[in-house]
Amino acid sequence: MKDVALFDARSAYRLDPHVALRPEPWGALAYHYDTRRLSFLRSPLLVQVVRSLPAHPSVGAAVDAAVPAPRRDRYLEALASLAAAGFLVGAA
Amino acid sequence: MSRGLVEDLERGLDAPVCITWELTYGCNLACVHCLSSSGRRDPLELTTSEARALIDELRSLQVFYVNIGGGEPTIRGDFYDLVDYAVGRGVGVKFSTNGTTLTPGRARRLAGSDYLDVQVSLDGADEATNDAVRGAGSWAAARRAMDNLAAAGFGPFKISVVVTRHNVGQLDGLAALAAGYGAQLRLTRLRPSGRAASMWASLHPTAAQQVALYHWLVAHPEVLTGDSFFHLSALGAPLPGLNLCGAGRVVCLVDPVGDVYACPFVLHDSFRAGTVRGDGGFTAVWRSSPLLLSLREPSSAGACASCGSYDACHGGCMAAKFFTGLPLDGPDPECVAGHGTALLAAVQPGAAPSPGLGHSVAVRLRPTRPAGSTARSTARGTAGSTVG
Repeated sequence: MKDVALFDARSAYRLDPHVALRPEPWGALAYHYDTRRLSFLRSPLLVQVVRSLPAHPSVGAAVDAAVPAPRRDRYLEALASLAAAGFLVGAA
Repeated sequence: MSRGLVEDLERGLDAPVCITWELTYGCNLACVHCLSSSGRRDPLELTTSEARALIDELRSLQVFYVNIGGGEPTIRGDFYDLVDYAVGRGVGVKFSTNGTTLTPGRARRLAGSDYLDVQVSLDGADEATNDAVRGAGSWAAARRAMDNLAAAGFGPFKISVVVTRHNVGQLDGLAALAAGYGAQLRLTRLRPSGRAASMWASLHPTAAQQVALYHWLVAHPEVLTGDSFFHLSALGAPLPGLNLCGAGRVVCLVDPVGDVYACPFVLHDSFRAGTVRGDGGFTAVWRSSPLLLSLREPSSAGACASCGSYDACHGGCMAAKFFTGLPLDGPDPECVAGHGTALLAAVQPGAAPSPGLGHSVAVRLRPTRPAGSTARSTARGTAGSTVG
């Protein structure tokens, strides 16, 4: 598993291709078919940011484009956790 | 886990994370603690096309995976086809088996499939402990299956153990057995469901054993539990996983004839939510069954309200309370604070709801084979009469 410290918001990430996102009123469930891990994206905006990752050159840019400035740090933390758990992977 | 997430989950999901699907009531073993009272196949079990239709529905609901059990699911002639059908549609499969049918050839077939987990049931670190619960010959059969899976290069299969008074002292041995195979150990809680209802009082771990079990689980976070020991979280730091009852909120059970129950451990009319054979199928049952909707209402702590540990244990397991005759809004019979003990003692004999005989095979009054080989041949004889 990747260390959270290795997460670099200046890099491009995307959802691991083995991860399925399923919408719920409060956000989405994420299931990783390889690791069999389940995670919870507890905000529809977080789901939107995750889905938008391929359109941005970096995680930071994706967050800047969607999240109001005062809340960006929390979203970056949530994305770092998803990366640490293997749900997000660096985009080649 | 944050309190907000617990509340979101208690209100129920749009679709389950996973379902347990008992594929058949037929089984060639007759484990004394079978939670589904399996033995005979039911003539009304879902047909292959009905089973495929359910898989299609699970796919459209984006149910991530199914836990297939039984009975012994592999005795269905269409078992492997249904597994392939599900996996091919992105519905992952975890299935539980007693291992008796897992030949080298079948193990190789399974090894070639992605999104497939196999759980071989074993209820003791030695033959005597296991066979006392699962029947003569079941230990050897399970070990053969594990050998076959390992030889086929299946990878980390699971060894699934129901924790009892008699095997709770063997957890290190079971972990070593799993490690020897490169397998994962999975421990689950014994519930007083199915045939275990009448065995529970003598089989469930004692209070002292539960404390030891909690500490063992804390020290072995790599061991899978299906989040089934959340009642122990009142002993200290919460165990990993979802420490809440997911019945009807996060999970549910589909039985072999397509009836939907709130969870795998409440095969009783009181918890039957509907049938996948009805109009609207499984989706309609999940979204609009009055029973499931009621389970998603905010629940009262009831008699547990004055206990400081309710946020940790959430009152424990609904099925454990129900089949021991305890009120659902009170403590678990295995409440680690001891609040269940006096209540249990006050339940009048015969007052607890009965799971019934289910599909259990009738006990033979006369042995069918000469004494001397009785134990083993009875188990094999049962297979012939129920599966064939």
